[in-house]
Amino acid sequence: MNKVLSNKKAIVFFLFPATILCFFIIIVPIIMSTTYSLSEWDGIGKKVFVGLSNYKELFLYNKDGFWKSVINSLIFAVGSVFMQLPISMILALFLARGVKRERFYVSVYFIPVLISTVVIGQLWMKIYNPQYGLLNTLLKSFGLDSLTNNWLGNPSTVVFSVIIPVLWQYIGYHMLLMYASIKSIPGDIFEAARIDGANGFQTAIRITIPLMKPILKVCVIFAVVGSLKNFDLVYVMTGGGPGGASQLPSTLMVETIFHRNMYGYGSSMAMFIILECFIFAFVIRKAFREKEQL
Amino acid sequence: MTFRKLNISKYAIQIFLILWAAIQIFPLYWLLTFSFKDNAEIFQGNMIGIPSIWRISNYKSAFMGGNVGRYLFNSIIVTGITILIVSFVSLMASYALIRMRFKLQKSLQVVFMMGITVPIHAALLPIFIMLRSVHLVNTFWALIIPYSGFGIPVAIIISSGFIETLPKELEEAACIDGCTIYETFFRIIAPLMKPSIATIAIFTFLHSWNELMFATVFISNPKYKTLTVGIQSLVGQYTTDWGPIGAALVVATFPIIIVYIILSKQVQDSLISGAIKG
Repeated sequence: MNKVLSNKKAIVFFLFPATILCFFIIIVPIIMSTTYSLSEWDGIGKKVFVGLSNYKELFLYNKDGFWKSVINSLIFAVGSVFMQLPISMILALFLARGVKRERFYVSVYFIPVLISTVVIGQLWMKIYNPQYGLLNTLLKSFGLDSLTNNWLGNPSTVVFSVIIPVLWQYIGYHMLLMYASIKSIPGDIFEAARIDGANGFQTAIRITIPLMKPILKVCVIFAVVGSLKNFDLVYVMTGGGPGGASQLPSTLMVETIFHRNMYGYGSSMAMFIILECFIFAFVIRKAFREKEQL
Repeated sequence: MTFRKLNISKYAIQIFLILWAAIQIFPLYWLLTFSFKDNAEIFQGNMIGIPSIWRISNYKSAFMGGNVGRYLFNSIIVTGITILIVSFVSLMASYALIRMRFKLQKSLQVVFMMGITVPIHAALLPIFIMLRSVHLVNTFWALIIPYSGFGIPVAIIISSGFIETLPKELEEAACIDGCTIYETFFRIIAPLMKPSIATIAIFTFLHSWNELMFATVFISNPKYKTLTVGIQSLVGQYTTDWGPIGAALVVATFPIIIVYIILSKQVQDSLISGAIKG
């Protein structure tokens, strides 16, 4: 048996396609990006090695509103952890404790996750449309004309307006993960809690949530890293505007590389995004590990 | 007294849940209804109600003038082939990673696991350059290859977890019966992996069908655009005509929703297991 399982030709046969694909699609590009980020290149002419000057321009001189884009991505991250996750948590707690039509609600809440971000972006653009949009129309019909706004065209409201669909879409996803996690807790624990006289709220805080830690860790990482990487919705709804007000690192990167042909400079943004995600994921994992030890 | 309290809180919860369901669904309902209306009806009074006439002409415009049929076809091809490649390739790879024996086995497992953590942004430009140099830009392969590459690490993790649950006796019996390793894998193990293939298919489908960044950058020829990008062009074409735009959006969305309604449990389980393993 051992001999069969150590058959070198077979091993290579089985592993080759996956390894080749992943090598060229994941590993090689990272190396290439690192090289590009250290050069100045317009994609056609010669590549000129410039060391860390791209990074200097990014961080020190804040060209192109890079700082604003980073701040926006952090706002997204904060919003997703402190606004999105609590709503998902409340829904998961209610649904998992057993309500009528539980399965129905779970399925329905999850639907926005499946919809393409392009569709969601276009749809919400219509909701936010200053003349005909659903939001302004509703406000007007309640006589709240003064609150109407050019939601996506006004630099002071755009970030807030864009965050809402981003959060709306994935609430169901986090809720599903949390719901599954609660469902996997053995029922005896809840029985014991009830016998001891704990009410719903106390059970949730003292028992359910602590037992959900592993899934909570996953949710927080997804929410934060997802926010830092976010591209689709902002690209569709505002393209980063107006005037860079809703720019995110990823939209800025695409614009820099493909509209302004600054391959080297844009690659340094790409490297930044990767490092940022990596560091945050690492920090969050660490934070949860410490909590576990307590 | 206690009974009444219980009833009120149960009602309150139901109301809250229904309200929230409405919030989640309402945009879709609105989309569906305005895709059948014309501008006059939408903007002059019947914005959120049921359309008075169901204008299928909007859908006709979307398919003919707006090319939605073409985009839909392209998305199906790209996503379909990607799913086939990812399933096939990952199943084989995870079998080697879990069941076979060789040096470097552990390290390779770790490498594939790290593959999930890489955000695709870094790869955008380099892959574009690579595709350009082999003249694959503006073809289906420009999307199929990257989507497959990025889908494989997750797929390997899912199928690895599954293979571990298969009893080793099966392979030993096959071996005794004189099967080669290839026969063992293709005739015995692979057919048993159907549940994990379903999970992988769903995961891959969601990520490929809705993908925007690569699709925008790698394909500029309208003949090959996928739905996500195509809809963007269509909106540019029909800017103020909400009806056909709505129709295109519905075409992009409702197939997934219908599949989901039929297979909701599998889809949910697939995403849960993907997240936990990751």
